[in-house]
Amino acid sequence: MPILEAKNLTYTYSIGSPFEKTAVDHIDLSIAEGEFVGVIGHTGSGKSTLMQMMNGLLQPTSGQILLDGCDIWDKKTDRRNIRFQVGLVFQYPEYQLFEETVYQDIAFGPKNMKLSEAEIDRRVRETAEAVGLTEEQLKKAPYALSGGQKRRAAIAGVMAMEPRVLILDEPTAGLDPKGRTKILTQLQAFHKRTGCTILLVSHSMEDVARYASKLLVLSQAKVVCYDTPTGVFAQSQSLESMGLALPQITRIFKQLAEKGISFEDEVYTVKYGAELLKTRLEGRNPEC
Amino acid sequence: MLKDITLGQYFPMNSVVHRMDARYKIVITLIYLVMLFWGQQIWSLAAGLIFTATAVFCSKIPPKMIIKSIKPIVPILIFTGLINLLMLDGGDVYWKWWVIRITEEGVQTSVFMIVRICLLIAGTSLLTYTTSPIVLTDAIESLLSPMKKLKMPVHELAMMMTIALRFIPTLIEETSKIMAAQKARGADLESGSIVQRAQALVPILIPLFVSAFRRAEELALAMECRCYHGGEGRTRLRKLQSGLRDYIALAITLLMFAGVIVLNAVLH
Repeated sequence: MPILEAKNLTYTYSIGSPFEKTAVDHIDLSIAEGEFVGVIGHTGSGKSTLMQMMNGLLQPTSGQILLDGCDIWDKKTDRRNIRFQVGLVFQYPEYQLFEETVYQDIAFGPKNMKLSEAEIDRRVRETAEAVGLTEEQLKKAPYALSGGQKRRAAIAGVMAMEPRVLILDEPTAGLDPKGRTKILTQLQAFHKRTGCTILLVSHSMEDVARYASKLLVLSQAKVVCYDTPTGVFAQSQSLESMGLALPQITRIFKQLAEKGISFEDEVYTVKYGAELLKTRLEGRNPEC
Repeated sequence: MLKDITLGQYFPMNSVVHRMDARYKIVITLIYLVMLFWGQQIWSLAAGLIFTATAVFCSKIPPKMIIKSIKPIVPILIFTGLINLLMLDGGDVYWKWWVIRITEEGVQTSVFMIVRICLLIAGTSLLTYTTSPIVLTDAIESLLSPMKKLKMPVHELAMMMTIALRFIPTLIEETSKIMAAQKARGADLESGSIVQRAQALVPILIPLFVSAFRRAEELALAMECRCYHGGEGRTRLRKLQSGLRDYIALAITLLMFAGVIVLNAVLH
């Protein structure tokens, strides 16, 4: 059974005013448990709105969101409890840090869950380690950390609730390449360790291609496709018409293919591309 | 919820009143206010009423909007009306019961007061409806500029107003973002006692203050980078310009004010 489902989901902003805009338009979607989903789409394609509906922050104009087959807007459902199960990390989450120490800030979510002291402590330490924050840094004020550290502390704050679904809205925006790789590899490790479902909203095709097991492509408030990266990148032309470029390495291999150097597999990570090229070159006669 | 807040409520339209020089609009509004309280005769109130109606008609602002601006002060109107009605004594007695006496003067004054306050609110809201906040502060700066000789930091005050007005929507947006983020971490804003609710505001207010300070610092830096050094020698992209329509409007207002003064003097 899928963990999260959207049925005929629609969200319209400012109904009845001249600024009326449908951000999510009759979307059907079903996400299996344990999946690592990369969510891509142009600015204004409805990504953020869809993500905020998934944990009950926005109420759909029409349609349903099902968690384990139960409508999260059902009268009997406790929405706060839904938010503990579906954790959402907003864009630039470091701006929501408010406690005196990093430790207390990470503990904010678990405290709201009314967990025991010992359990809160375990979770804070575990997630801090998962995002690479030291014991020293936990005692510091959030504002004393660097930009990347603040970002990771804020992500840890949501991770510490141990949600079954973790949604991250552009967690790497505005970070340097090193900081980006750090967050994404830590996220991947967290995914492997806990087996939770992850939805990663990103602008970077490279990032989603490298980490995601499934890709969700949104365009103009609708789902264009929900498929494995190979399946999605196979439709390169329709992607480009939506203003989404393929990963650089995939484009290089496409051009190589046009020049007569073709490979059987689609390439969308640099690592795999390098391997393919290496075997091809080694297989060749050195004198040529 | 937060998006419903509108301050300075500018109602963009293309009308003669909108195009008028904001400085003249402020001056005319001030004369109009003095006139409303100077006039003691029914004729002066009628003049005020006709003046306001004409201005509203020329501005193309729907009369509904003007009525909407009067709504919040209805309790004040009722209070003022009752006080005047019951406290003032003079002229014929219309109705008497125990210590309460409704007299000619009481009725007259309370009706006068209510009409005056309504006209006052209608006139001033017409000013903010037809003038954007930025232009309004520009005009205030220009009108107050003689005060510079008295070492009053006129330009700085106007700049502060402009910046404050500019950042109201930004901060509202920021607040709703932070609220959503803390709700996602299980913050409970809707239930509990007053103390609990006040405590629940801490996770929202602290990030909001921090970001406001950060924005202020960034803005100061950006202004400095563009060599901002106060009002001295600063020129404007959009200059306030007065024209024939402003002179005519001011002339009409002054004539009416003079009429009210003369009427007052003759009839008293």
